Amino acid sequence: MNLDDIILQAEQAIAAATDPVELDQVRVNFLGKKGLFTEQMKGLSKLPKEEKPKAGQVINIAKQQVQKLLTERGELLRAEVIKQQLAAESIDVTLPGRGDELGGLHPVTRTIERIESFFGDLGFSVKQGPEVEDDFHNFDALNIPEHHPARQDHDTFYFNPKLVLRTQTSGVQIRTMEKEQPPLRIISPGKVYRNDYDQTHTPMFHQVEGLMVDKDVSFTHLKGVLHDFLHHFFEEEVEIRFRPSYFPFTEPSAEVDIMGKNGKWLEVLGCGMVHPNVLRSVGIDPEVYTGFAFGMGVERLTMLRYGVNDLRSFFENDLRFLKQFK
Amino acid sequence: MKFSESWLREWVNPAISSDELAHQITMAGLEVDAVEPVAGEFSGVLIGEVVECGPHPDADKLQVTKINLGPDFNDGELVDIVCGAKNCRLGLKVAVATVGAVLPGDFKIKKAKLRGVPSHGMLCSESEIGLADNADGIMELASDAPIGKCVREYLDLNDVTIDVDLTANRGDCLGLKGLAREVGVLNSLSVTEPMITAVTPTIDDTVAITLSADKACPRYLGRVIKNIDVNAQTPLWMVEKLRRCGTRSIDPVVDVTNYVLLEQGHPMHAFDLAAIDGGINVRYAAKGEKLVLLDENEVTLSEQTLVIADGDDKGNGKALAMAGIFGGLASGVTSESKDIFLESAFFAPLAILGKARQYGLHTDASHRYERGIDPQLQRDAMERATQLLLEIVGGEAGPIVEAVSQENIPTEKAVSLRRAKLDSRIGHHIDDVTVTNILTRLGFSVTETGVDAEKVWTVVVPAYRFDISIEVDLIEEVARIFGYNNIPNVSPKATLAMREQKEAVLSVSKLRNVLVNRGYQEAITYSFVDPKVQAQLHPGQATMTLPHPISSEMSEMRVSLWTGLLQSVAYNQNRQQSRVRLFETGLRFIPDENAENGVRQDNMIAGILSGQRSEEHWDIEKSATDFYDIKADVEALLKLTSNESAYVFSKAEVDALHPGQTAAIHKNGVLVGYVGALHPELERKLGLNGRTLVFELLLSEVCTQNIPQARDISRFPANRRDIAVVVEEQVSANNVLQLIEKVGGNYLVDLNLFDVYRGNGIESGFKSLAIAMILQDNNKTLEEKDITDVVDRVVDTLKTELNASLRD
Repeated sequence: MNLDDIILQAEQAIAAATDPVELDQVRVNFLGKKGLFTEQMKGLSKLPKEEKPKAGQVINIAKQQVQKLLTERGELLRAEVIKQQLAAESIDVTLPGRGDELGGLHPVTRTIERIESFFGDLGFSVKQGPEVEDDFHNFDALNIPEHHPARQDHDTFYFNPKLVLRTQTSGVQIRTMEKEQPPLRIISPGKVYRNDYDQTHTPMFHQVEGLMVDKDVSFTHLKGVLHDFLHHFFEEEVEIRFRPSYFPFTEPSAEVDIMGKNGKWLEVLGCGMVHPNVLRSVGIDPEVYTGFAFGMGVERLTMLRYGVNDLRSFFENDLRFLKQFK
Repeated sequence: MKFSESWLREWVNPAISSDELAHQITMAGLEVDAVEPVAGEFSGVLIGEVVECGPHPDADKLQVTKINLGPDFNDGELVDIVCGAKNCRLGLKVAVATVGAVLPGDFKIKKAKLRGVPSHGMLCSESEIGLADNADGIMELASDAPIGKCVREYLDLNDVTIDVDLTANRGDCLGLKGLAREVGVLNSLSVTEPMITAVTPTIDDTVAITLSADKACPRYLGRVIKNIDVNAQTPLWMVEKLRRCGTRSIDPVVDVTNYVLLEQGHPMHAFDLAAIDGGINVRYAAKGEKLVLLDENEVTLSEQTLVIADGDDKGNGKALAMAGIFGGLASGVTSESKDIFLESAFFAPLAILGKARQYGLHTDASHRYERGIDPQLQRDAMERATQLLLEIVGGEAGPIVEAVSQENIPTEKAVSLRRAKLDSRIGHHIDDVTVTNILTRLGFSVTETGVDAEKVWTVVVPAYRFDISIEVDLIEEVARIFGYNNIPNVSPKATLAMREQKEAVLSVSKLRNVLVNRGYQEAITYSFVDPKVQAQLHPGQATMTLPHPISSEMSEMRVSLWTGLLQSVAYNQNRQQSRVRLFETGLRFIPDENAENGVRQDNMIAGILSGQRSEEHWDIEKSATDFYDIKADVEALLKLTSNESAYVFSKAEVDALHPGQTAAIHKNGVLVGYVGALHPELERKLGLNGRTLVFELLLSEVCTQNIPQARDISRFPANRRDIAVVVEEQVSANNVLQLIEKVGGNYLVDLNLFDVYRGNGIESGFKSLAIAMILQDNNKTLEEKDITDVVDRVVDTLKTELNASLRD
């Protein structure tokens, strides 16, 4: 077979190949070890020495020509194969993915974590304490002696006259001050209990109390910190007022109101300068150190922040409610 | 305390609106809870007189009247009105809603015919003009009420009731006198007090008074008033003032004592003189002494209870009343009483504090005595009450008898305020003049010494301010009157000391996030649970019980978080939420003599699963969740500790759980918690659908983390050898794996059980475990012999120790 015929044959075979496998067979037939070109090259040995280079060159050129055709056809066919594969593998990308959905934290925890973060930035450490508390830590150390009228405002759950479910997390402040010396910056989040159950009260709820004791801590600082906190918590310039109030463990004492969307003031926290008797009861000299303390209702803040209307929904654990908080 | 604004303005009348007044006192620390109009919104109601009154021809219960509304009303024409009230009678002065009047609720009065008789208006009851919630018959006005006058004006109804929520320290404001004093201070106005004049005695009758407990009762004034008419009518003005302060009219004697209580902030008590045998003795109750109170309940008095008794000073009489708290039934004034004995006393707050509560009582008197009343006010209160009583019920008053223990009367206190302390506590400089002015306006007598930073105010505080005894009390007064909102907001400065952060401490927040990422919603359930449910879960476990719970279903402190979580699952299943994954962190309460306050308060983390393993999905087959799902969640928590291998799962039995599907988890021999399927019997009792899986771990045992110590990664290839061993069913996977680890040697770097097979080819009662062993060395490529040595050693040991065989 002469070279031109081989080339012609190769051209036809390449064009006729419809997939990469067929094409590869064509390659083997022409360029493989037993292929037609290999045979042509073998034929060279029969030629005189001086003709060999020229004849060899001619074969090589023809071979390259076929090789080029193979490559081109090969790319075309592979592209076609991929195209078919892609078409066959096409899926509905709008179908939902596989695997578990995400759960979520309780909104009360979410609020507590935010509060911890704001005060953590100011160097306040988080402290925890017991919920069944003795009357010393819940009342006496907080300047609320037995029979003090303020005790009656607490709707306390008593186990016996000496043992209660804590009505405030202030006992944690006392426990901390008993162990550590100023400067102190702590917050204590946790559950507290009052014997009251209606539309606006649940017998268990959450408080975050804070305490800062150092030299030269003043009422202006208390105001500064709480102003900043409320603005950052609500992420808007809420209108805030400090209203004189009374807590046996602070003096001066204040309640803090924010202006609600309905144009009415809403109480969100209580605070004040730590009463000297409280510092004295834990062995801190009130002539040297001063401090401020505050306590906020977590549920109230959460309701305002996320538009929760019913306090009781926090403890019903209805998944339809909880799942709104991711 | 509720008070009428117009009554307050009789004492002090600042030129500000009601809303401004409410805001002002709120911002002074007397928080206003509500401002309510004293009457409904109405117009066109005039005073009229019934000048004709006769029966309706066609209706038994109606009366036909003609009403005189005076010469200015339709040229003096009498008005026909049909009235259904029984008390409608000739000559009565009445409130007449004329045609065109609008009553509360936008009720318009029109001409009408009632059973054929024309009626051009309506005679009003208290409830119809919003003075009361209900009324029996029409309102009866005083006989001197001016005909034709607008009822709103006559009764001064353009008034509001202001309800102040007074804090426990401000007992001095529990009366108009104190409130007016405070409003005067805030507005720099002087206060006009009602004239109190001493009543000249017209009889000589007295009752002797003995103060046997003179510390508790250092002053007691008594006065006899004879021949009174208890059935006299309390005048409308007084009834109205009482009503606007939230007090109902009872009878003139009670009304007057209540009036003085509201006006002066001073409780009074009236006894029926006939019930007093001998003199009055203020003493502590004798052991076991009994007293029937005005509410007809008999109480056994404690020896710490102060009583007003009669008899002699030897204590031979009977208790008449609980001093400062509640009167006795036998000595109370009744409609039969002719002569009374009026009491005006000072009881020390400490003698009264907490006493009423011991008997489940809380009265207007105890509320005030507990907080402290003005120890100088007794005579004024007595004269004021006498004067009012004589006006209303008549009678003759005897002289006042006063018993006093002067040394036990609280006195004015001198308290110093240092400039330096004022500035450092407030953090803002309030100038000298302002401070002096505030203290003086508060009614304190002020002496100033020193200048600038050395300045000291020495302040004499009246005895009625029981809340002021030390320097910070004065600082608060200055700040309060200066106005908290006039004090700037300043960020505190503090030392920038870095806080310790222990990397090994695993925060609860991290643990929570693991569960959240595995699809759990966090729940918060009540710490007190239903004892019946808890007993089913934890029979025999000692618990703490609340003596006075909200309800019996919330009366026992939880001993695990399961009770609350299970009830949450039931709650959700009842609301078409069948796939539930909840977790909670919180305390359990275990009675324990060795713990502080006799209770161990352990922080727990617990979870619960029920329903399908996955949300319904187009490509995942439905399957119910089981033990290994929740175990994986527990393992995920344990993995956070980087010390998972320290936690050992072993088969366990717990009352609440399925005996065949429960594991206890131990760490170094300490019980960390349980994971398992709820006992089917409990599922049935609690009404749960399908399988419910739970776990609970002690947070203290999972809240530390190993700090990673990196080791070199081998550069040599790892070899995997799989073996399938057949063991008896009761041999646990752990038995096999632990044994392999034990004898595997240093080349064994990983171990993975990848199949459990039962069935064809495996004898019943046996199972085949397929285990991959990964062998590797840090220093060389393992040779075949190294590998087969390990495999042979493992297989031999399994054979001898666990009677295992290799599966072909």
